Amino acid sequence: MAADAYDVAVVGGGLVGVATAWGLAREGCRVVVLDEGDRAVRASRGNFALVWVQSKGLGLAPYAGWTIRSSNAWGGFAQALKEETGLDVCFQRPGGFHLALSDKELEARATILKRLHNQPGIVDYKTEILDHAQVARMLPDIGPEVVGASYCPLDGHVNSLRLFRTLHTAIAARGVTYLPSHRVETIAHDGGEFRLATEQGEIRSAKVALAAGNANMRLAPMVGLEAPMRPERGQIVVTERLRPFLHHPVVTLRQTDEGTVMIGDSKEESTDPSGLTIGVSATEASRAVRQFPLLANVNVVRTWSAIRVMTQDGFPIYDESESHPGAFTVCCHSGVTLAANHALTVAPMIARGALDKSLVAPFSARRFHVQEAG
Amino acid sequence: MFKRLGDTGATLTLSVDGKPIRARIGDTVAAAMLAAGIDHCRTTPVSGAPRAPYCLMGVCFECLVTVDGIGSRQGCLVPVAEGMKIETQLGKREAGR
Repeated sequence: MAADAYDVAVVGGGLVGVATAWGLAREGCRVVVLDEGDRAVRASRGNFALVWVQSKGLGLAPYAGWTIRSSNAWGGFAQALKEETGLDVCFQRPGGFHLALSDKELEARATILKRLHNQPGIVDYKTEILDHAQVARMLPDIGPEVVGASYCPLDGHVNSLRLFRTLHTAIAARGVTYLPSHRVETIAHDGGEFRLATEQGEIRSAKVALAAGNANMRLAPMVGLEAPMRPERGQIVVTERLRPFLHHPVVTLRQTDEGTVMIGDSKEESTDPSGLTIGVSATEASRAVRQFPLLANVNVVRTWSAIRVMTQDGFPIYDESESHPGAFTVCCHSGVTLAANHALTVAPMIARGALDKSLVAPFSARRFHVQEAG
Repeated sequence: MFKRLGDTGATLTLSVDGKPIRARIGDTVAAAMLAAGIDHCRTTPVSGAPRAPYCLMGVCFECLVTVDGIGSRQGCLVPVAEGMKIETQLGKREAGR
């Protein structure tokens, strides 16, 4: 090992990368974060900021437990960040709703939850179906078209832009080297160390953690791993700041700590982060007004589209390379919800040099090859 | 602070926070408030600082007021009307208003 090599190179400076880097630094590792420049297609600046539990895990039961683990760790995570940086990421876990605007939607919701709960090995996360009157007790401003909702007491939200800033502040304070405009082109494994070729020269490290979102698809094969991805586009509508009226997040709509209302959750098969599909924004706004009629005359101040990081089956991928010991993938859609796990659980595993199979074996990309899954 | 250039033109009456002011037909709400010597039309949702109309052409959003019960109207883009009720807007708008 060269004296100037890092213990771990984290590839990707978004929420997953910096949460992992912070956790590694807490374990005493010498860490470098290699990031793209300002033109990076960055999900961390476009996301909806939910710390969300309900609905997670249909098709892969351990994902429910993994999500709840992070949800439960989030309060302590936010507190630790506040103590280190003085910044409040405004984490709240008041319980969240998935509203239904017709009996058909509510039945579909109940069916999904039943299928989720019927899976072997599922943990109970107390999601229940409520009728209009029960919902109205907690969300007094719902419209008459809301027939009911599913409610999960573990759901919460955060100010994700401040989380992103706070994590960057925290890694800087812990001595992590952050290198923007260092897009990683190739990774070679040579003499027990990794050599990462970037647009601004070579970086060497003992370990590599790939946390580059959809770009993990390109990078993982360089270290004998794979990350099959399926990026999709989402759009968000944001209103002017309003006096607080909504004290629980809804999966498609939440009032931020600053008073704005974010409306979102669209899905389009697209990898173009520029421009908007106006019809999608109109549908989002129309449903929001049916859910909360008092929003009808509120002014919209921003709209945007962003590319979701999405694996092919929607579940996280955590792997360590057999052919390139010391190389790991940390790859998921829910970079906000799972930030506490990445910082407090995954990063220590990487620092030790081995993933804890009892926790993350279900999330190996080997699941995409039925004959190899063990 | 502001003076009319001349005295021509028909006038009408509107109210600001319940107090009547005279304006000219064709004035915008923002212009009428400035001409009446009202020194701020709202306070901000972030710091609570007082704000007055600034660009007068629909760009800066400093002149937000409640017009006939509807919040966050741009005063510089709304023509005055007889009997119009203007309210200064304090901090964040209330949804539904």
